[in-house]
Amino acid sequence: MSTPLILLILAIIAIACYVVGTRHALAIAGGRSSKLHSRPGYYGTFVALCAVLPSVLILAAWLVVSPLYINSTVLDGFPEDVKARSPAEQGLSFGMVSSLARGMNVLSLDEIERIGGNPVELRAALGAKGVPLAGDPEPYMVESAGDLNVMTKISNWVMTAVVLLAALIGAGFSYTRIAPRFRARNRVEKVILASLVVASSIAILTTVGIVASMLTEATHFFTSIPPWEFFFGTVWDPRFAAAGATDSAGQFGLIPLLLGTLYIGFVAMLVAVPSGLFSAIYMSEYASRGVRSVAKPLLEVLAGIPTIVYGFFALTTVGPFLRDLSSQLNGLVTGDYANFIQAQSVLTAGFVMGIMLIPYVSSLSDDIITAVPGTLRDGSLGLGATQSETIKKVVLPAALPGIVGALLMTASRAIGETMIVVLAAGVAARMQLNPFEPMTTVTVKIVSQLTGDLEFTSPQTLVAFALGITLFAITLCLNIYALYIVRKYREQYE
Amino acid sequence: MTDVVSSTAGVLAKPARRDIGIKRRYAAERRFRAYGIAALSFGILFLMLLLWSVVSKGYTAFQQTMITIPVEFSQQIIDKDNVRATDPAKLMTANYPIVARNALAKVLGVAETDRQGLRAVNQMISDGVRGQLRDMVVSDPEIIGTTQTVSLLAAGDIDSAVKGQINLDVAETSRKVSDQQVGWMKQLTDSGALAKEFNTGIFFNGASSRPEAAGVGVALIGSFYMMLIVLVLSLPIGVAASIYLEEFAPKNRFTDLIEVNINNLAAVPSIVYGLLGLAVFINFMGLPRSASLVGGLVLTLMTLPTIIIATRAALKAVPPSIRAAALGLGASKMQTIFHHVLPLAMPGILTGTIIGLAHALGETAPLLLIGMVAFVANYPTTPMDPSTALPVQIYMWANEAERAFVERTSGAIMILLLFLILMNVGAILLRRRFERRW
Amino acid sequence: MNMMSEAAVEKALDKKMNDVAYKMIGKDVSVYYGDKRALYDVNLNVRQNTVTALIGPSGCGKSTFLRTMNRMNDTIEGCRVTGKITLDGDDIYDKEIDVVELRARVGMVFQKPNPFPKSIYENIAYGPRIHGLARGKTEMDAIVEASLQRAGLWAEVKDRLHEGGTGLSGGQQQRLCIARAIAVSPEVILMDEPCSALDPIATAKVEELIHELRANYTIVIVTHSMQQAARVSQRTAMFHLGHLVEENDTDKMFTNPDDQRTQDYIMGRFG
Repeated sequence: MSTPLILLILAIIAIACYVVGTRHALAIAGGRSSKLHSRPGYYGTFVALCAVLPSVLILAAWLVVSPLYINSTVLDGFPEDVKARSPAEQGLSFGMVSSLARGMNVLSLDEIERIGGNPVELRAALGAKGVPLAGDPEPYMVESAGDLNVMTKISNWVMTAVVLLAALIGAGFSYTRIAPRFRARNRVEKVILASLVVASSIAILTTVGIVASMLTEATHFFTSIPPWEFFFGTVWDPRFAAAGATDSAGQFGLIPLLLGTLYIGFVAMLVAVPSGLFSAIYMSEYASRGVRSVAKPLLEVLAGIPTIVYGFFALTTVGPFLRDLSSQLNGLVTGDYANFIQAQSVLTAGFVMGIMLIPYVSSLSDDIITAVPGTLRDGSLGLGATQSETIKKVVLPAALPGIVGALLMTASRAIGETMIVVLAAGVAARMQLNPFEPMTTVTVKIVSQLTGDLEFTSPQTLVAFALGITLFAITLCLNIYALYIVRKYREQYE
Repeated sequence: MTDVVSSTAGVLAKPARRDIGIKRRYAAERRFRAYGIAALSFGILFLMLLLWSVVSKGYTAFQQTMITIPVEFSQQIIDKDNVRATDPAKLMTANYPIVARNALAKVLGVAETDRQGLRAVNQMISDGVRGQLRDMVVSDPEIIGTTQTVSLLAAGDIDSAVKGQINLDVAETSRKVSDQQVGWMKQLTDSGALAKEFNTGIFFNGASSRPEAAGVGVALIGSFYMMLIVLVLSLPIGVAASIYLEEFAPKNRFTDLIEVNINNLAAVPSIVYGLLGLAVFINFMGLPRSASLVGGLVLTLMTLPTIIIATRAALKAVPPSIRAAALGLGASKMQTIFHHVLPLAMPGILTGTIIGLAHALGETAPLLLIGMVAFVANYPTTPMDPSTALPVQIYMWANEAERAFVERTSGAIMILLLFLILMNVGAILLRRRFERRW
Repeated sequence: MNMMSEAAVEKALDKKMNDVAYKMIGKDVSVYYGDKRALYDVNLNVRQNTVTALIGPSGCGKSTFLRTMNRMNDTIEGCRVTGKITLDGDDIYDKEIDVVELRARVGMVFQKPNPFPKSIYENIAYGPRIHGLARGKTEMDAIVEASLQRAGLWAEVKDRLHEGGTGLSGGQQQRLCIARAIAVSPEVILMDEPCSALDPIATAKVEELIHELRANYTIVIVTHSMQQAARVSQRTAMFHLGHLVEENDTDKMFTNPDDQRTQDYIMGRFG
C-alpha cells in the first residue's frame, strides 16, 4: 500500500477511535459526564492518540530504515566482479538497477514476458514508457532489479501490516483503560506538551544544522586549502581547474572580500545612521500624530521592499546616474568627459544599501528612544529646557547603550546583505580604497561560487561554505553582543 | 539648617528676569528640528524615487505590441506531404515562423523573392509565434489550408520602438530597427494592424530568451507553492514553539539559550539559510535542486524566528488576569491557553505571520544557492518539479542585456510589490480591526 | 527669615492686592483634553512665600491644574487651556511669554523621583548649564553646593557627587530632584504628589524640606494625603470633579470648612 493511503487509513482509524472512545467513556459514566475525571472528548482523543502515535512513528522509522537495508542487500547480491569495482561505479550500477526496477513496475506482465531478458529491447521498451536508461542493462542488473522489486514489495506489505496492527493494538489497549477516574486529560496534555517541546527544539536544530553543515563542508575545503591561506590570503583568484595545471586550485584569500564587505557596509552606515537616527528622533519626539500616522507606514513600506528591488534600483538608476554625474563634473572641471565613478562601485552599493537600512535604523532606534521613561523628559522640560536640549542632553544619553546595540544589529545586516551588492558592487576582488571603484563582498562570492554547474567536491565550490561560516561567525558575534546590550538597556527601564 | 541656607542663599538668589539665551537656544531648537525633517524627507524622497523609477520603467511591460493580420495556414509549409494523420509529430515541428513571415510579407507587399526584405519582415515578428501558431494548429488541424485573422506577437525591438524606447533619431546603423521597418510600422499602425494590447503574457508565460514572450507564470506558481509550504509549516510550528517558551518553559539556562538563539536566528543573513538548504536538503537528504519544496523548507526555517518572536509578543500582551480567571474556574493550564489566551493573541500572531510571509516572498539570496536560478519554461505541477520564484525571476531578468528586459524586470517588480502591498495592507487592517488595549 | 517676609510685604504693597501678595492668579481656568473637559472655570490665587496644597479625590483635576501653572500640559497632545493664569501679573499663556523662560521661573517636582541617569553633580548642574546661569566651574560648584544644601542633601552626598544619581534611595532621589529644581533659582516650585512613592521616614524629610523652602519660594503641592496637607501647607484648595470646591486657610479647612463636600472628603466619606 502506498504511504499516503496508509496515512489516510490511520486518519480514519483516529476519527473512529475518537468517536468510539468518547461514546464508551460516556457509557461507562452512565451518560453523565460529570462522573468522569475528564470531559468525554479527552477519552476519545486519548484512544486516538494511542492508536495513531506509535504507528506513525513506526511508519516513519520504517520508511527511513527499510530502503537502506534493501539497498545494501541488493549491493551485496551483485556479482563478485562488479563488487570489485570502485564505489563510484557501483553507485552507477545501482542507479541503473533502481531505474530498471522502477521501469519493470511500469511494464505490464506480458510485455516483460515478450521481452524476456533482452537488454536492448528492454531499454527501448522502457524508453517508450518514459524511463530512460543510461546504457544497456547487463543481465545481473535485471536480476537485481527483480530482487529489489520483490523485496520492496514484501517490505511494503509487512510495513502496512505492522503499522495497522500497532494502531489496532494501541486502540484496543487504550480502550480498556477507559474508566471514570482515569485521567485522560492529563495524558492528552502530556502529549501536547511534548509536541510543543519538539516544536521549540526546531530553532535549536536550525542553528545546529547551520553550524554543522557549514563546518563539515568548510573542513573539506580546508583539507585542500590550508586555513591560513584562506584567512590571511590577500589574493582572491579561484581559477577553475584546467586539466593538468599544477596550481589548479587557485588562490582563496579572504582579505579582499572582507575589506570590500566592510567598506561597503561602512558607506551604508554613513548614509543610514544619521538619517535613520534623526528620523527616529523626529518621529518619536516631534511629529504630531498626523505626521506619524503617514510617515511611519511609509518607512515601513521602505522596510518591506525586497532587497532585490533595491539592487535593481542601484543597477539601473543610481549607478548610471552617478556615472553620468561624474563624467559631467569631470567635463566641467577638466574638459575631459571621462567618468571617474564606475556604474558598479562601492559608493553605489553602499549608498543604496544605506537607503535600505534607514527604516531599519529608524524603527530600532524609535523603539529604544520611546523606551526612555517620559518622566525624564518631564524632569528636563520642567526645568525649562527646550525640547532639543532635552533630547540631546537627557534622552539620547539615556538611550545611548540601546542605540549602540541597534547600530550593531544594523551593521550585522549590512554585512550579510546580498542582493544589492550582487547587482551593484561588482565582482572584482580588489584591495583598494577608492569608493568610486567596484569592490566585491563575501556574499557576492558565495553566490557566484555556487550558481554555476560545479561539482560539489572542488575547492571552488566548497570555499563558499568557508565564506559562509566566516560570515555567520561575524554576524553572530555582532548580534549576540547587540542583543546583550539592548536587553541590559531594557531591563534598566522596566 | 537655617544657618546653612542663609550662608549659601547669595549664590542662588538671582534677579527674577535673567538672560537665559532664549534666542540662541530657540535657533538651536529650530536647527535640530530641521535635521529631523530633513532626515525623514530624505528617506521618503528615496522611497518615492525608487517607486517612480520602477513604475516609470515598468508600466509599459503591461502592454504588448501585437500585429493582427490574416494568416494563411498553408498546407505547403506546414504539412507538405499530408502525413499528419499518421505522424502527429509533424504538426509539432512544422516551420510556423515562415507561415507568420509570409502572412506579414503579404500584407506589407514584400515579394517572395526579396530575400533581404523577407529577413527584415521576419525580424518584426517574435519567435514566440512558433508556439502560438503551433498550439492553434494542434488544437484544430482543420484550419490548415484556411486563412485566419491572428494577433501575432511583435518582436521585442519593434515593441520597444512602438513604445518610444528606441531613439529613432540616431543613425540607422547604430540602432536595432531599420528605416524600412519603421516605415512598415507606420504603415501597419495606420491600417490598424499594429496596436498595443494589454499584455497577459507577462502573467502567464514561462521563461523565454525573447523578452516579448517572457513572463512570470512559472515564477508565480513557484512562489505560490513556497508560500503555501512556509505557511503550513511555520505557523503551527512557530505557534507551538512560542506557547512552550512563553507559557511552559521553566526559566533556566537552557530556555535562555533558546531565547538568545531565536533572536539570533532572526538576524542571521538570509544567504546563510541558502547554504544550509544546499548542504542539508540537497546534498544530504537528496531532494531535487530547483524544486519549490526545498525553497519552501529553507524559507520556513528563515521565517520561523520572525513568527516565534511575533507570537511571543502577542501572547505576552494577553494580561495575566485572563489566565488567572480561567485557572480559577478549574481549567487546566493547557485549556486556559488553548481556550482563552491563544484566541486573544490570534490577531497579533496572524499579523506577524503575514509580515513573515511577505518577507519570505521577497527573499532572493537563499533561493539562488539552491538552484532556483533556472530557465524553466513549463509550469511545475508539483512542488518537486523545477521551478523559479518571483524575486529570482527579477534577478535573472535584471542580468539580461536587452533593453526590453529592463521593462519586463520593472513590470515583474511591480507585480511583486503589488503582492507585498496587499499582504502588508492585510496585516495592517487585521491589526487595526482586532487591536486591543488592555 | 524676617528679611524675607518684609520683602514679601513690600512686593504685596507694590501689587496693591489688599494686604496679601499673590504670586500667581488663576482666573476662569478650564482645561480640555480633546472633547473631554477636565477643569471647570477654576479661580485660584497662590500667595507669595506660602505653601498651597491642592487636595481632592483621584481624577478631580488637581494635578491638571498644577500642570497648567508652568504649561507642562503643552506636551500633552490635544490639551487646551482657556481662562487666564498670571505670574506676577503677566499672563503665562500670552504669546509674548516664552515657555522655557516660564519654566525656569516656575519649577516642577514630579510624583516619581526622576533623576537623570547622570552623576549627582550633573543632575544639579543640568538646569544652570542649559540656562547659562554659571560662569565657570567655581560658580557652578557653588550653585551645586548651595542647591544641595537647601535640599538638605549636601551632608549625605558631598563625598559622592560624581556617582550616579539613580543609585540614591527613593527619598534622596526626590530631594535630589528638588535640589535640581532649586538650582535654576525658580520663584515658584510646583510639586505633584512628591511623597507618594516614598516611605514614611523619607516623606518626613521631604516635608521638613518643604517647610524650610517656604522662606525663599512659593510652593504649590498636590497631595493625596490630608495629613500631609495639614502638616505642610498654609492654604488648601479642594477640588472635586474638575471644580474648585473651596479654598481656605489650612487650619480652617480642616476644622471648619465652608463646603459640605470638603467636610465629607476630610471625614473620609469619599475619595
